[in-house]
Amino acid sequence: MRAPDQPIREGVTSPGAFAVSAHDISLTFQTADGEVEALSNIDLDIAEGDFVSFIGPSGCGKTTLLRVIADLERPTAGTILINGVTSEQARVQRHYGYIFQAPALYPWRTIERNVMLPLEIMGFDAAERRRRVEQYLKLVNLSGFERKYPWQLSGGMQQRASIARALSFEPALLLMDEPFGALDEIVRDHLNEQLLRLWNQTGKTVVFVTHSIPEAVFLSTKIVVMSPRPGRIIDVISCNFPRDRTLEIRETPEFLKIAQRVRSGLRSGHSYDE
Amino acid sequence: MTRSTFSAARPAGIRWHPTFVRFVPVVVIVLVLIAVWYVAAVLMNLNLVRGAFERDDTPYTTGQLIAGTMRAERPLLPAPHQIVQTFAEDVFGWPVTSPRSLVYHGWVTLSATFVGFLLGATFGIVLAVLIVHVRTLQKSLLPWIICSQMVPILAVAPIVIVVLGAIGLRGLLPKAIISAYLCFFPVVIGVVKGLTSPDPIQGDLMRTWSATPAQIFWKLRWPSAVPFLFASLKVSITISLIGAIVAELPTGAQAGIGARLLAGSYYGQMIQIWAALVAASVLAVGLIGVVSLIERWVAQLMGARS
Amino acid sequence: MTWQRLAYFAAALGMLAATVLPLSSQPTPSLLARPIVLTAILLTTVLYAGAAFVTPRVSIAVTFAGVVLGCGVTLALLRDDTIAGYATSGIWLPVVANWGAAWLGVAKLAAVKPRDKAASGTIDLAIPLLFGAFIFYLWEVAVRGFGVPSVLFPAPSAIAVRFFDSLWMLWQDFFQTFILGVLSGYVIGCGAGFLVAVLAHRYTFLGRGLLPIGNFVSALPIVGIAPIMVMWFGFDWPSKAAVVVVITFFPMLVNTLAGLNAAGHIERDLMRSYGAGYRQTLQKLYLPAAMPFIFNALKINSTLAFIGAIVAEFFGTPTLGIGFRISIEAGRMALDVVWAEIALAALAGMAFYGIVALAERVTTFWHPSYRT
Repeated sequence: MRAPDQPIREGVTSPGAFAVSAHDISLTFQTADGEVEALSNIDLDIAEGDFVSFIGPSGCGKTTLLRVIADLERPTAGTILINGVTSEQARVQRHYGYIFQAPALYPWRTIERNVMLPLEIMGFDAAERRRRVEQYLKLVNLSGFERKYPWQLSGGMQQRASIARALSFEPALLLMDEPFGALDEIVRDHLNEQLLRLWNQTGKTVVFVTHSIPEAVFLSTKIVVMSPRPGRIIDVISCNFPRDRTLEIRETPEFLKIAQRVRSGLRSGHSYDE
Repeated sequence: MTRSTFSAARPAGIRWHPTFVRFVPVVVIVLVLIAVWYVAAVLMNLNLVRGAFERDDTPYTTGQLIAGTMRAERPLLPAPHQIVQTFAEDVFGWPVTSPRSLVYHGWVTLSATFVGFLLGATFGIVLAVLIVHVRTLQKSLLPWIICSQMVPILAVAPIVIVVLGAIGLRGLLPKAIISAYLCFFPVVIGVVKGLTSPDPIQGDLMRTWSATPAQIFWKLRWPSAVPFLFASLKVSITISLIGAIVAELPTGAQAGIGARLLAGSYYGQMIQIWAALVAASVLAVGLIGVVSLIERWVAQLMGARS
Repeated sequence: MTWQRLAYFAAALGMLAATVLPLSSQPTPSLLARPIVLTAILLTTVLYAGAAFVTPRVSIAVTFAGVVLGCGVTLALLRDDTIAGYATSGIWLPVVANWGAAWLGVAKLAAVKPRDKAASGTIDLAIPLLFGAFIFYLWEVAVRGFGVPSVLFPAPSAIAVRFFDSLWMLWQDFFQTFILGVLSGYVIGCGAGFLVAVLAHRYTFLGRGLLPIGNFVSALPIVGIAPIMVMWFGFDWPSKAAVVVVITFFPMLVNTLAGLNAAGHIERDLMRSYGAGYRQTLQKLYLPAAMPFIFNALKINSTLAFIGAIVAEFFGTPTLGIGFRISIEAGRMALDVVWAEIALAALAGMAFYGIVALAERVTTFWHPSYRT
């Protein structure tokens, strides 16, 4: 039984270094219809423990940028460092957990075995796997559903399971691509609160893609507003709401002011045209 | 702390045209397979040729040995060029009506295939329409038709030939009946699937317009069934061909591709068997091609994306 | 008076006609000399007429009771040598009446809306079985009544008798064709197809080249290679197994490759994000996702393999085997043996398919097609 590959935990990077450091990133796709410039000269630094949202219209490249961080796409120009190493090394060393728009749970595995999947791949032993599964299912309030199959759970519960799966190998970085986009608003609000609570408890760095302004403003410490294709950063807004906030904060004037700033950033990027 | 710079995403230079990319692997693999065939032919025919040389007491070199394997009259594995040669001879070398011509045999089999296919497909479509509209038939007959997919129904071919022969029907008709019987089942299943494929909300819409069953059939069910129909027609025409070939076996028919295969196996004419197989394959590909062409034409009429 | 009631009355009348119309074109004892049969006929008439008046559920039971009785009556009458072969309207009208009543019974059964899944499952099974049983009845009656020579077309009862008389021969044929020919060829062919598909998935160039070739060859009449295999492997079962190997290889290759490529790209990205290698991804993602496709090929191949082995035997085989027996006995006009072999082949084919389908259900229970 080989020792598990140790995922890098927070605090290992040299002090003062950033969790994500992107410099002049550009990405052009070769498609059947010619070249498509998805990202153009992106400069971004994300500090450890930050909750950063990418917001922009559809097709603006926010998902592409997230995938560049995850080494699921290679930029055509520019450099990117995750915790001080290249994105490829970061992927191979399992620095991050990725959560997709769809839960992407395997239908032939129970919830318990789905959450165990990365642990099996990374070589954790059976006892450790079971312990972590129990711990993280409890964290997302899915205790008691271990033996169920994904199709027996609702959409919101499946998404929570996929979050537990991403947390199970304790990466320092969480990359989330519109995880609540397919859910209705009531479930979404509920999950937003849970995600905030989780972030507070674990202290991870979160990069979150969304196109809901209230969601971005509610959850983030920093909001990155992007323009339509080719994706450029229009504005970076800092938020300093108290850590123990609840959903009621969405009606306060400070919240609305920041939301207004986001909206005008989107408008100035001609996001509402076309 | 290392920094890495990523260069351009694709290597500069060759722009790989999509069609080019698609064909290259197939061509390469086919060429490799042909090369392997030649090597296998040499290896498998070696003993035969060596034995022939030794019987004649003539000295031979390795070169002559290998050349001999490419020219053997009754090889264990004919070389590709031998097959092509014999095929060309049998197709172009004899008058079309001669029993030595592959065209003649091909035509005999093809006519049985065709008649059987038309009968079976028509009957299959009619039965499928009945099944969809008569609930009793759907619950009582359809399970048996589905069961037929699990059973080697080709095994009834000899019975059909013999019984029809006993009451005086020989030649094309028994073969066509076997082909029809075989290709009828996939058509029924495919058309039933197609006729029941429309979304329930489409059916609801029809009901809000108070449409009659006939209108629902012609305007909704039948157009939805067309792709399924053509898919099963392609399957059933190949089955029909196989049925016609197999139907020629039990009574030792004198004409047809199956008869050719049988004769070749009786007289040990290996190359003749291979040539007949190539002829059967040409027929199969041709038949599927014709159905595909018709399918594409119909799809154009129905506004498919080209 | 609904048309259903009318139909029931017509059936009752048709049954009653046996008491009035001639039973046979030859002199034969009348029904008065057959008290049991006469009582049965009258009872059936009452049942058919009565079914028109009772509630739907009861009516189904009454109808089928009448059908059973009515069929029994006609079969019993046809045992008489003065009637068999010379049957006239006194027999045929009751047969038609039985057919009408059976149709009505099945139609009512099909219209029932059952309460639970167990009931609907039973009904869905019962209807085709009843239908099949009735077809056998018609076959038996037609052959007996018209006096069809048994060399031409034997009755089901004769076939059943022959089946149970020849169990040893049938077992030997089954062993030769199925156990030796089909099973060995099936295992080798499907196994090889699977392995090559994994290779073709791993090395995309190979896959892009093999897939069109595999699709092409699948459409060809591969059974034609049987004589070639006989020349290479001799007359015995290895040549049949070789034919089965070639027949099952290509559908397995094509379907497995399609299945391995079926995993969604989100799931593939997930594996990439875990830094998983090809072997781990194959084991945990590609293979489980490919299971529905693999089983689809296994089911298709089960029938193709059996057909291939039987047809290969048409080309020549030692004195054993289902295909051999069918071919030879058909030539000798011993059609009851042929039908017995066909019954054997049908049962074996369905059992084989059923086992594969059962294995499929157990391994791919998670697939959406099972959950509706």
